[in-house]
Amino acid sequence: MTLIHARGLVKRFGDFTAVDGIDVDVERGEAFGFLGPNGAGKSSTMRMIGCVSPPTDGVLRILDLDPRTDGPRIRARLGVCPQLDNLDIELTVRENLTTYARFFGIPRRVARSRADELLEFVQLTERADSKVEPLSGGMKRRLTIARAMVNEPDIVLLDEPTTGLDPQARHLVWERLFRLKQQGVTLVLTTHYMDEAEQLCDRLVVMDGGRIVAEGSPRALIERYSTREVVELRFHGESQDVFADKLAGLGERVEVLPDRILLYVSDGDAAVAEVHRRSLEPASVLVRRSSLEDVFLHLTGRTLVD
Amino acid sequence: MRSVLEYHLVGYRRTWRSSALSSFVLPLLTMLGFGLGVGAYVDGGVQGVPYLDWMVPGLIASTAMQVAIGDSSWPVFGNFEWMKVYFAQAAAPLRVVDILDGHLAFVVFRTVVSTGAFLGVAAAFGTLHSGWAVTTLGIAALLGLAVATPTFGYAASVHSDSYLAILFRLGMVPMSLFSGVFFPVEALPGVLRWVAYALPLWHGVDLSRAATLGTAPAWPVTGHVLYLAAWAAAGWWLAYRQFRRRLVV
Repeated sequence: MTLIHARGLVKRFGDFTAVDGIDVDVERGEAFGFLGPNGAGKSSTMRMIGCVSPPTDGVLRILDLDPRTDGPRIRARLGVCPQLDNLDIELTVRENLTTYARFFGIPRRVARSRADELLEFVQLTERADSKVEPLSGGMKRRLTIARAMVNEPDIVLLDEPTTGLDPQARHLVWERLFRLKQQGVTLVLTTHYMDEAEQLCDRLVVMDGGRIVAEGSPRALIERYSTREVVELRFHGESQDVFADKLAGLGERVEVLPDRILLYVSDGDAAVAEVHRRSLEPASVLVRRSSLEDVFLHLTGRTLVD
Repeated sequence: MRSVLEYHLVGYRRTWRSSALSSFVLPLLTMLGFGLGVGAYVDGGVQGVPYLDWMVPGLIASTAMQVAIGDSSWPVFGNFEWMKVYFAQAAAPLRVVDILDGHLAFVVFRTVVSTGAFLGVAAAFGTLHSGWAVTTLGIAALLGLAVATPTFGYAASVHSDSYLAILFRLGMVPMSLFSGVFFPVEALPGVLRWVAYALPLWHGVDLSRAATLGTAPAWPVTGHVLYLAAWAAAGWWLAYRQFRRRLVV
């Protein structure tokens, strides 16, 4: 069953087009990702799906309902974890869940027991009665995720769920989200972390400048837009450029960066052997598997977008 | 809407002790300072009653206004700019109307509770002359709405909290000085008197004074009530527009 269906979806703010005609389908039980640099239109898309931002143009159906007319009915079945935590820092951890549950018309007694279960799930039971203010970033984020689950939603929307967290906190969040996925919850997330997308997403779209530039599973995208392996070479010297000519024809693509040269190849070791055969002596050599990051940078470029 | 009011009440449960203290201590101090201190210089009272008894209903109305504006300024601003609580509520199945009305209902609740505390202190000092004094609770609710709604709209439209200080200095303080709280508006020169008539506080003061002294108000009761209701309605519409502009983009 298709839970989210968008065709030619557009969001404009005055003259600025944030989302420029995208087609998306998200199926039940899927973990679906929107990837892209800052300003690609991910958050605007998420806000339209979250029914707090009316589409400017195009078709958008969520849970087979129209966000323009059925906003509250759709939101009743969504869980939203926004990019910036908007918890009430003066309430306790538990109160944040119970008061939020009431917005969904959940009876007080049910809200309390569900809050306890969710605190267990996000490992915050010990902090249930402490205020939110002194909690760490990772704890607040887990609480926000728990809050998004309070109405047992059909779809959970996560806007950059681990941005700003330390590695331990990130892994804990990933692990919890993976558990949700196993329970069959449909996850829709935005991220600019490639490892996050590879860890969590069954399928994703890469957005750039308000458009979708690629779509598929992480594996499929790597196969289509990159090679199996990447060789990273670093040469001593002023510039890497002078070595680029000598590497010509090696692999599918040679990319020269200010500090290193990347060879996109199917067999890394063979490529390294070829480098040595051409009497080149790089200061360092790294052979690694191609990642979604290579796809991302290839598709959206290396220029910094702010 | 009820669940939003409930949310604000849960927060209030954590702070009510300190706010209850100030809602008793503040009237007590003003009563002693103004009523007994200043009152001693006002020979023969005002309009035939002792100065303290004359001033108390004005103070009750002006306290209601201060609580209503105070609870509608920084808290509303903070819910947009700092804690972003409204955005969390907008992601739930609530409508903008629910978010706005739920918070307004809480502000009215706070206004009525503070007024009730003041009324209790005033009764203990024997300054209430009539059983109608009970209606000051309703008057406070209406006056509270009349000033809270435009404050909600204002607090939702500014992006720096220094604008809120301007509202206090240029709006609230002059309004409490020139609305017949401490002296009759008839003592004001013509133009300023009409400013007092135009602002909401004087209408609340005149109604409260009539209620606690058991006298007839300067304007017909319906006139006062309709005028305050008009402020509340216009203010609500402004607030709603600003809330929509911020929450649905």
